[in-house]
Amino acid sequence: MSNAELTAAAQESELPSLNRQILERRALKSGLLTTLTWIAAILASIPLFSVIYMLVVQGGARVDLEALTALPPAGFEMGGGFGNAIVGTLVMVGIAAIVSVPLGILAAIYLAILDPSSKIASLSRFLAKVLTGMPSILAGVFAYAAVVLLMGTYSAWAGGIALAVLMLPTVVLTAEEALKMVPQRMKDAAFGMGCTRSQVIWKVVLPTGLPGVVTGVMLAVAGAAGESAPLLFTALFSNYYISELAEPTASLSILIYNFSGMPFDNQIELAWAASLVLVLIVLVFNILARLFGQPKV
Amino acid sequence: MASDPFQSADTANAVSGPPSASDYAGDALFRFIAYACALLIVVLVAYILWKIGGQALPAMQEFGPSFITGTTWDVSKGDYGVLPEIWGTLYSSLLALLLGGIFGVAIAIFLTQGFIHARLAAVFRTIVELLAAIPSVVYGLWGIYVLIPLLRPTADWLHETLGWFPLFSSSLNGPGMAPAALVLAIMILPTVAAISVDAFRRIPYKVKEAAYGMGTTRWEAILKVMLPTASSGILAALVLGFGRALGETMALAMLIGNSNQISVSLFAPANTLASLLASNFPEASGIEVEALMYAAMVLLAITFVVNVLGLMIQQMTMRKFEGKK
Repeated sequence: MSNAELTAAAQESELPSLNRQILERRALKSGLLTTLTWIAAILASIPLFSVIYMLVVQGGARVDLEALTALPPAGFEMGGGFGNAIVGTLVMVGIAAIVSVPLGILAAIYLAILDPSSKIASLSRFLAKVLTGMPSILAGVFAYAAVVLLMGTYSAWAGGIALAVLMLPTVVLTAEEALKMVPQRMKDAAFGMGCTRSQVIWKVVLPTGLPGVVTGVMLAVAGAAGESAPLLFTALFSNYYISELAEPTASLSILIYNFSGMPFDNQIELAWAASLVLVLIVLVFNILARLFGQPKV
Repeated sequence: MASDPFQSADTANAVSGPPSASDYAGDALFRFIAYACALLIVVLVAYILWKIGGQALPAMQEFGPSFITGTTWDVSKGDYGVLPEIWGTLYSSLLALLLGGIFGVAIAIFLTQGFIHARLAAVFRTIVELLAAIPSVVYGLWGIYVLIPLLRPTADWLHETLGWFPLFSSSLNGPGMAPAALVLAIMILPTVAAISVDAFRRIPYKVKEAAYGMGTTRWEAILKVMLPTASSGILAALVLGFGRALGETMALAMLIGNSNQISVSLFAPANTLASLLASNFPEASGIEVEALMYAAMVLLAITFVVNVLGLMIQQMTMRKFEGKK
């Protein structure tokens, strides 16, 4: 058949339209689902904006020098603040970081580089993942049984160790990912120059993987700073500034919890202000994590 | 020293040289410390189980399995049971999973299937991640002073007009199941969304191209090709989100009402294992502490099973896709 004949044949036969009609059923269905997805996405972001609005309006109104430095007020007292809770939160997160970061990074070095496929590595990797899913209050129960009962008192130590248990798996898993990203060529080059394994790790792998490791640490710190369940019955609370690590210690999150149920406007306003400060602390560490997280390799 | 080819006569002046004995010793020591730290995670998990289990043992011996089926928590009578808490934990988490799951997967589709520009999608991802960064206790505070007052008119109307329906059989007097489950849904949404986004991202681009090439609409491609392909990853997201919901403590302790009863009503107060621990532990003593440790073991067992299940599904999914590449 010649070309002309083919064209003629094609014109004679009834071809279905290849253009999609807007009012066709399947197009309508597609449009409807698209609209629903947009609505779902907008609905899902409402809580965040509502929380931020409340924090800024309710909390922002009360954040001043007095709130940031004074001690928590008693029942009908006016004024007051949560300076001791800010210090307590920072101290306990500090203890948790000092305990969990070195241990976590060393464990990550073993998991990522020294012996990634050994039985002990896959077991501890798996258990670290299980630990990330462990309810945070169980870390508190553990620290109560292991530290509070041993020391005979609620303390900043117990709170810090409970937070360390929660931070450890995050640090291990993120640091492992970061160290695994270091190109094999760089390690090969170092080994080729006669480095021992620990020299390769200290001089090549850690410096190269550092941004990712720091990101993981910052995220773990941010998570720990916002935690309250593990502190409930390990650090308890205190109405005074911390003077030693072996005594009950105030924290922002427990202060918010305690004040939220009180029938006094003053305390509730302070709870919002403390929430704003707590969210800002968590946010700062999140932002730091993002800044460090820019890949440089 | 002629037998050692590395040790030439002028070693003392050379810049390079083999690792010294102390280099080797330091290397061995360092590797041992790293090994000990990896082992530490295993030891820590064992120690946690041993410590909590050891504290719970007296209560386990005294109450046995009737602890799980008992419905009262009476300190004065020394009568302890956690069935209402187990019910409340599972019920609130399931409700949260239903809501958080639908919205989480919808957002994952929204972010990965070309609905918005990639840069806008990155902004939206940050918003969802920020949802996860807000501390639980702040959500609790928000729930008490924003969500509950907001829900009350609707809840009262539902109770008055549809009160015969079991879900609406009581009125919302402050804290209750509905605000708790809603806040829980908001809290697990980032988990579900993030893992589902990963599941969608792992699908090779040519799969989508093939579907579009056949003339599918966007949603036919999503529903018939993308969702089935990503289904195991989404399942892992849902199971892990469920695991998070089971263990969430502070927001629930503030919103659920801490009432020891079993009810299907959305507006009735209830209790969960985690909030039982949070509200009773600080003032507990003697046998109640042991009973609470037993409750902690029950919670640990439930979350352990759910999380291991989720991790296994996730690992299987990854293997499936890595095999196909």
